[in-house]
Amino acid sequence: MSEQLALLPEYLTAHLQLALLAILLGSAVSVPLGVFVTRRPRAAQVALGAASVIQTIPSLALLAIMVPALAALSVLTASTFGVELRSIGYLPALVALTLYSILPILQNTVTGIRGVDPAIVEAARGVGMTERQKLVRVELPLALPVIVAGLRTASVWVVGTTVLSTPVGATSLGNYIFSGLQTRNFAAVSVGCIAAAALALVLDQVIRALELGVRRRRRRLVASGLAALAALYGYTGLSFALERIGAPERVIAIGSKTFTEQYILSELISRYLERESGLPARAVQSLGSTVLFDALVSGEIDVYVDYSGTIWATILKRKGLPGTREQVLRDVAEALPRDYGVHVAAAFGFENTYALGMRRGHARELGVETFSDLARIAPSLEIGGDYEFFARAEWSALLDVYGFRFRRKRSMDSALMYEAVAGGEVDVISAFSTDGRIAAFDLTLLRDDQRVIPPYDAIVLVGPDLARERPDVLELLARLGGSIDEAAMQRLNYAVDEHGQTPASVARTLLANLP
Amino acid sequence: MICLEALAKHYGDVVAVADLDLEVARGELLVLLGGSGCGKTTTLKMINRLIEPTSGRVSIDGRDAASLPGPELRRRIGYCFQQIGLFPHMNVAENVAITPRLLGWSEERVRTRVDELLELVELDPAEFRGRWPEELSGGQQQRVGLGRGLAAEPEVLLMDEPFGALDPLTRDRLQQRFQEIRRDLGVTTVFVTHDMVEALLLGDRIAVMDRGRLLQVGPPEELIGRPANETVAALMETPRRQAERVESFLRGDRP
Repeated sequence: MSEQLALLPEYLTAHLQLALLAILLGSAVSVPLGVFVTRRPRAAQVALGAASVIQTIPSLALLAIMVPALAALSVLTASTFGVELRSIGYLPALVALTLYSILPILQNTVTGIRGVDPAIVEAARGVGMTERQKLVRVELPLALPVIVAGLRTASVWVVGTTVLSTPVGATSLGNYIFSGLQTRNFAAVSVGCIAAAALALVLDQVIRALELGVRRRRRRLVASGLAALAALYGYTGLSFALERIGAPERVIAIGSKTFTEQYILSELISRYLERESGLPARAVQSLGSTVLFDALVSGEIDVYVDYSGTIWATILKRKGLPGTREQVLRDVAEALPRDYGVHVAAAFGFENTYALGMRRGHARELGVETFSDLARIAPSLEIGGDYEFFARAEWSALLDVYGFRFRRKRSMDSALMYEAVAGGEVDVISAFSTDGRIAAFDLTLLRDDQRVIPPYDAIVLVGPDLARERPDVLELLARLGGSIDEAAMQRLNYAVDEHGQTPASVARTLLANLP
Repeated sequence: MICLEALAKHYGDVVAVADLDLEVARGELLVLLGGSGCGKTTTLKMINRLIEPTSGRVSIDGRDAASLPGPELRRRIGYCFQQIGLFPHMNVAENVAITPRLLGWSEERVRTRVDELLELVELDPAEFRGRWPEELSGGQQQRVGLGRGLAAEPEVLLMDEPFGALDPLTRDRLQQRFQEIRRDLGVTTVFVTHDMVEALLLGDRIAVMDRGRLLQVGPPEELIGRPANETVAALMETPRRQAERVESFLRGDRP
């Protein structure tokens, strides 16, 4: 728990940096836009319609869409202005959250201004105000309580939604929740949830004070609300400035996907590189699996661990039956530098392959040992897979070769699959072969008798920029080759998943034993 | 002082005001009288260009009203209307001070003027200066509205049924006080009402309107004595009949 709390200042500050700036930008867009559209009823319909459409996009999807959207935009800005945009991390999260904050503020600005008593508007014209004076001296002050109420709604939404910016690579309180759910660390999940909720409540109360203050014309209430907001913004601004000043010239960014093994390996690599090269390294955790490779190529992260079969099937887009472990590894190690400038620094020495797992007793009862056995009785069974599995090339290859037809397919979080099959909720799952819970829940892995699923050697990938700038890092990473076998990886995963250790502490122990 | 020439307002095919010619002498109070929809309010609002005329001309003191930007024109003309429209986020003093401030008066001059006006409309400045509109009665609000209309020392005052929403007692007091103030200041006034009695009591001359046209204009006694047509005659009959009924009631003959 104290280990979790030690992360709070970093996560909370990052959360504030995202949420507060998004709210500020959102207001800076929405209030003037709202004022503008009250003058043009047509435009009002268009603007409110567009903002509502944005709001209907699930927030997680909106954040994810920003990554390719910004990457595409970056191509444009790079060719016209010579400026590249970072499509992973802070920027996509900020853009998405800003968009998300627009509707409530825009809507309330329009409602607030339209709601001003027509007699008062006529009086404003009658006493000789110009359009601008009427707006600034009468309409906006009278609409202010409603606008502030919109700001309050937007703030609570944005603080809550900021949690979801972790998968696009921006640090937030969501880091607690995403990694905590994956590693079954419920202390971390609770800290993340409570901190995010507390922050939302604080902001809500501060803006509520402001709203009441302007509604009832209590100067002191307005002043204290503004002071609290100023303190929050001041702290956030200061933290930005300090980061800018204190940032060393090169930090190696180590990416990771959203599961335990990846957290452990990214921690291991960043601690290892810091120890051996003296360069500061930073783990950027819980990125979406497809986002990672693009981020590596574009230089937004420098190193991450992927699996030979994944690269073989989804990046190199090889079709047909894969070869042996060595053949796939050689193919990947040759093609990546040539096609993408990405280097394969090392293979850890273990495979984490997609496997199909069942309860041992259940498999024996049904007489299932191989994929071909499974295909025969599949129509009476339910299969569970992680979010990616049914969309991956491996699954369509399995369908082609074995002709699987299950009674029902269910997508679920990879952390919950094992319990689901152990508890009989589903009959078969797409297990990961290094998962410690296979042994713990007494599951058996079925044999891929037609060898459809490619081998999945864990490999350390290094991006083009780092490989060019620091070739010595490539050599350092090469020494990690062969350092972890399958049984060792299962034990490490189990220590986190079932014994409640943190990936960082497991990585520290592991590092101490490395030469 | 005020001169309307062939003034007209059309909304598509609907004619709100048709070719109106009318003059108001300096210091005079002219009542625009008629039922709802007769065009009296539209006419009034074309004088300070809250409504832009479709055609025709308004001149004030010989100067074409269209030659000034609307807001500048309106700062020189007082305007009071039934809904009053006090600014709820400003106190009484700020409401009264609004037009002088728009005109860029010094704060010192504004302050003196506000107190002067509050006394004029019989509200004790010390007590009312800092009050909020929502704390005032309807009559007090309309006094502040009148003060606001007169604040920038306008030579012309436009009033749209200003006393229409007040209870009879308050209305009577305020009408009398207004008449005194107007005569003292010599402000030229155009006053819209549908109330015959009010028109007779306040008007130096009355202009009777119907369906966007002027039926007759003249001093009250002329309208009563020599009505131009049936409609005006019928209209003028009403207060007399009412007065007779009230008199007989007071004598004790139940109708």
